[in-house]
Amino acid sequence: MIELQPREIEEQKLYQQWGLSEAEFDKVQELLGRLPNFTETGLFAAMWSEHCAYKNSKPLLKQFPTTGKNILQGPGEGAGIIDIGDGQAVVFKAESHNHPTAVEPYQGAATGVGGIIRDIFSMGARPIAMLDSLHFGPLDNDHTKYLIDQTVAGIGDYGNCIGIPTVGGEMTFEDVYQGNPLMNGMCVGLLDSVQQQKGAAAGAGNLIFYVGAKTGRDGIQGAIFASAEFNDEQESQRSAVQVGDPFAEKMVMEACLDLIENHADILVGIQDMGAAGLVSSSAEMGAKAGFGMDLNLDLVPQREADMIPYELMLSESQERMLLCIKKGHADEVIELFNQYETEAVEIGTVRDDQQYILHQHDEVVANVDVKALVDEAPVYRKPSSRPARLDKESTGFEPDTSKVAEVLMDLLQQPAIASKESVYHRYDSQVQTNTVVLPGSDAAVIRVRNTDKALAMTTDANPRYLFLDPHKGGQIAVAEAARNIVASGGMPLGITDCLNFGSPEDPEIYYELEQATKGMSEACRQFETPVISGNVSLYNEFNGQAIYPTPMVGMVGLIESMDYVTTQSFKQHGDLVYLVGETKADFNGTEIQKMQMGQIEGQLFDFDLATEAANQQLIQEAIRAGLVNSVHDLAEGGLAVAIAESTFDNEIGVDIKLDMPASWLFSETQSRFIVSVSSELQADFEQLTGAKLIGTTGGQHLAIQTNNSKINLDVTTAKKAWKEALAWQMK
Amino acid sequence: MKYAVIRFPGSNCDWDMYYVLRDQLKVEPIFVDYRETNLPIDVVAVIVPGGFSYGDYLRSGAIARFAPIMEDIKKFAEAGNPVLGVCNGFQILTEAHLLPGGLRKNQHLEFICQQQDLFVQNNQTTFSNQFKPGEKVMMPVAHGDGNYYCDDVTLQQLRTHNQIVLTYSKNPNGSVADIAGIVNEQGNVMGMMPHPERASELVLGGTDGLRLFQSVVTRQLQK
Repeated sequence: MIELQPREIEEQKLYQQWGLSEAEFDKVQELLGRLPNFTETGLFAAMWSEHCAYKNSKPLLKQFPTTGKNILQGPGEGAGIIDIGDGQAVVFKAESHNHPTAVEPYQGAATGVGGIIRDIFSMGARPIAMLDSLHFGPLDNDHTKYLIDQTVAGIGDYGNCIGIPTVGGEMTFEDVYQGNPLMNGMCVGLLDSVQQQKGAAAGAGNLIFYVGAKTGRDGIQGAIFASAEFNDEQESQRSAVQVGDPFAEKMVMEACLDLIENHADILVGIQDMGAAGLVSSSAEMGAKAGFGMDLNLDLVPQREADMIPYELMLSESQERMLLCIKKGHADEVIELFNQYETEAVEIGTVRDDQQYILHQHDEVVANVDVKALVDEAPVYRKPSSRPARLDKESTGFEPDTSKVAEVLMDLLQQPAIASKESVYHRYDSQVQTNTVVLPGSDAAVIRVRNTDKALAMTTDANPRYLFLDPHKGGQIAVAEAARNIVASGGMPLGITDCLNFGSPEDPEIYYELEQATKGMSEACRQFETPVISGNVSLYNEFNGQAIYPTPMVGMVGLIESMDYVTTQSFKQHGDLVYLVGETKADFNGTEIQKMQMGQIEGQLFDFDLATEAANQQLIQEAIRAGLVNSVHDLAEGGLAVAIAESTFDNEIGVDIKLDMPASWLFSETQSRFIVSVSSELQADFEQLTGAKLIGTTGGQHLAIQTNNSKINLDVTTAKKAWKEALAWQMK
Repeated sequence: MKYAVIRFPGSNCDWDMYYVLRDQLKVEPIFVDYRETNLPIDVVAVIVPGGFSYGDYLRSGAIARFAPIMEDIKKFAEAGNPVLGVCNGFQILTEAHLLPGGLRKNQHLEFICQQQDLFVQNNQTTFSNQFKPGEKVMMPVAHGDGNYYCDDVTLQQLRTHNQIVLTYSKNPNGSVADIAGIVNEQGNVMGMMPHPERASELVLGGTDGLRLFQSVVTRQLQK
C-alpha cells in the first residue's frame, strides 16, 4: 500500500474509494484546519462509516425507547444491561457479520460469533448463550448449500471451542438473500454484580494496554467494506475477512473476566477491538471520557512485517481488547495476562487534552481532535419515498386446500418450517450445564444457577411481512419475539436488534427503514421492552438487488420461577387443547402463499398491538397459575403446523375439531397460541382465558377436522418428514 | 478426600464437573492447574473434563498430554487410583497412553451434540457399579472427534478383559464396536465421549450420568 501525500489524496479523491464523500472530506479539512494525511484520512473514513457512526440511521434509532425501570445500560456501550433482581443482571447484544459471511462463510460467521462474545465480556459479564439469525437463498443451488454448511460450521466451531452454548436462532430462505446472505449473532451474558464496566479511557497519564492476539493485515477496511453495496467484483474481496481463533479468545476472555472481577481497582475502562479495530476502540474510549491519547504504534504486537499506520489502525484482526489501566499498575496486568498465556502490552497513555496522537518510528503520524473523529461524523436524514409495491392491488390469493393433508405435509417440509435439527446438532447447546429448554421450542431457556430463575431468549424477524408492510412487519417482529418469550414462561425484558436493509441512498429503502423502525418502536413501547443494544447493517444489496427489510429482533425474558418454564410439546394423553386468539383469512405474505404461488404479494393482513398484548397477558397468567401443560405460539404455516409441531416431541397425537374453513388452517393471523391443559383444570383455564376448546390430545394420529375437510396423519410419519426435510434438501 | 478437576488451557466443562461434584454429589472438588507438577495429597480421584485443550488445532489432546501435571496423573493412575476422562478428557487419556486406541474425527465429519442413548456393557467397574447390566441410559454427546478407533488385536483385548463399559445405541460417530466408553485393563482409568455431568440433574433432562459419579464415590466409601 502506497501512502499518498495529502495533496495527492485530495487530487486523486482517494477518500472516495474509502467511502468518504467530497462534502465529508471538506468537513474533515475544516475540522483539522488543514488537509488530512494518508493515515488521518483512513481514520476518518473508518470512523465516519455507517458501521461506526450510524450516520444514515441515527435519526431513526432515536425513535427507540431505550430506558426503563430495570435498564442499567442502554445503547452506547459494548452491550446493554438489564437488572434481573438479586443483584444480578443480564447483558446482551446482537451484531451482523453479513458481508464477511458472504465472501468467506466459515471465517465470516466464526468471527461474527467471536466479535459479539467480546462485546459481552467487555461488560464484565460471563457469556452464557449464543443465538444466530441466518437468512440465505433458496436451497436449489450448490453455492447456497456451501454457504449454509460453512456458516454453520464456523458458528459451531467457534462457540463449541470457547464453551458457550448455542441455543437458538432462526433460518429463512429467500431469493433476495442469494447473493447477500445475512448472519446475525446474538450473545447473552450474566453479570453477578450490577457493577458494570465502561469503555472509557479517563485520567491523564493512565496506561493504554493492548491485550490478545497480534495485529495482521486481515480485515483491513472491514467497516468500510460493510458500508458499501456488494457486487461480483467485491465477492473476491477475501482479504477484508478476518480469521478467527476461538482458543485465543477463550484465554483473553478468562483473563479479562479475572481482571474485571478481581482487579477492578486498577481497571479504568475496557473495550473490544471490533469493527475498525484499534482506531475505533481507542478513539471511542478517549472520546467517551473526554480525553485524548498518545499511542506508540511501534509497540503494537504485529504478526506481519512493515505494516504502515493505516494498516495497524484499521486491521480487524480478531481476539484483541483494549484496556485503560491506572498508572503504576503495568506489571500487575502483564503478570495476570501471562497467567492466561496471553500478551498484554502497554502501547500508550491518556493525555490531558483531547488530541488523539499516533506515533511511529519517532514521528507523529496522525494528530486529530478525538471528538472530531468520534462525534463529528455527519448525520443524514435521507429522502424517503413509499415503494409502489405497497399499494399494489392484491390478486386475492386463496389457498388451494382440496388436498388438505398433502398441503400440511408439504408445509411441514418447507425449509423455513422443517426441523432445524440438522443445523443445531452441530452446535454444543448444553455446555455450562444450564440449558433447560434445548433448541427446537419457541424460545431457549437457560437457568440462572443458584437461583429459582431462568432466562428465555429468542431471535425473530419475518422479512416477508416486512416486505409487504415494513411498518406492521416491524411491529410483528417485536411482537413475535415477545410471544415466544411468553410461551416459554417468561416476561419480556428488552430487545437487541440488527437492522439489515439495502442502501439508504435509495429513497424506497430509506422508507422501509423509517417505517420498520417506527413499527418496532411502537411495539417496544407496548411490551415495555426497550432497545438496549444493537447494530445497523445497510447496503445489503447484490448487483443492485436489495434484501427484504430484515430487522432481527433478539429478545430476552425473565422466568421468575423454574415452575413457569413451559415448552411447546404436548405432555400427556387426554389433555384439552385450546386455541387462544382469533383466526381470520390472512394469507398474504404467508408460507402457503409462497409455496402455492411461488411468490408473496398483496396487502399484509391487519395486526393489532393491543390484542397481541392482551393475549400474551392471558398466557402469562395461565402459566403463573399453573394451568397449562404446553404452550406454542402460532407462526409460519399457521394453526395446522403449530398443532403438528406440538405433537412431535413426545409423539402424542391429537383430535381437533374446528369451526372454520380448511384454508384457515394455514392463515397466519398473529397473536395466537395453542395450549394444552389437564382436564381437571378445564373450568379454571376457561374462566381465566375464555379460550376456545378445540380438541384433546391422545393416540398416534394427527387428526384435524374443519367445516369442509379432514386431516388424519400418523404422527410418526409426519414427524419424520418434518424432521428430515432440511437435511435432505441440503444434500 | 478431594476430587481433582484438571484444568488445561481451553478446558470448558471444568465448572460443569465442579458443580456436579459439589452440588449433586456433595463431595469436595478441587481445580488443579495443568502447570502443577503434583496432585494435592488428599486427592482420591482425578477427572479430566471436556473442552478444547489448546484449541485442539492439532490432534485433540495431543498437546495436553505433555502438560506438567500429566506425569503425576500417570503415577496416580499406575497406583490404581480412579481417573476419569470425559470427551476431551478421553482424548487426552488416549494420547497419554493411559487408555488404548484413539479418537478420530466423526465419520460424518460434523460436530454432533444430542441426547444419546447408551448401553451399560460392564457394570462391575469403579465407574459403573450403580447401573444394571445391559441397562439403557441417556447421557448427551457433544464432540467433533469422538470416533473411537483401535486395531483388531486391541479390540479383542478390550473384549477379553471386559474393558468396554458403555456402547452407543445408534452410533453417532462411527466408533469401532459402537464404543462410547472404556476402562484400562486394571479398571481404574476410564475414558468416555458422552458427558455424564450433563445428565446429573432432572431439570437438565436426566440423572443417569450422576450414577456414574456415584459409582466412583461409592467405591471410595467402601475403601
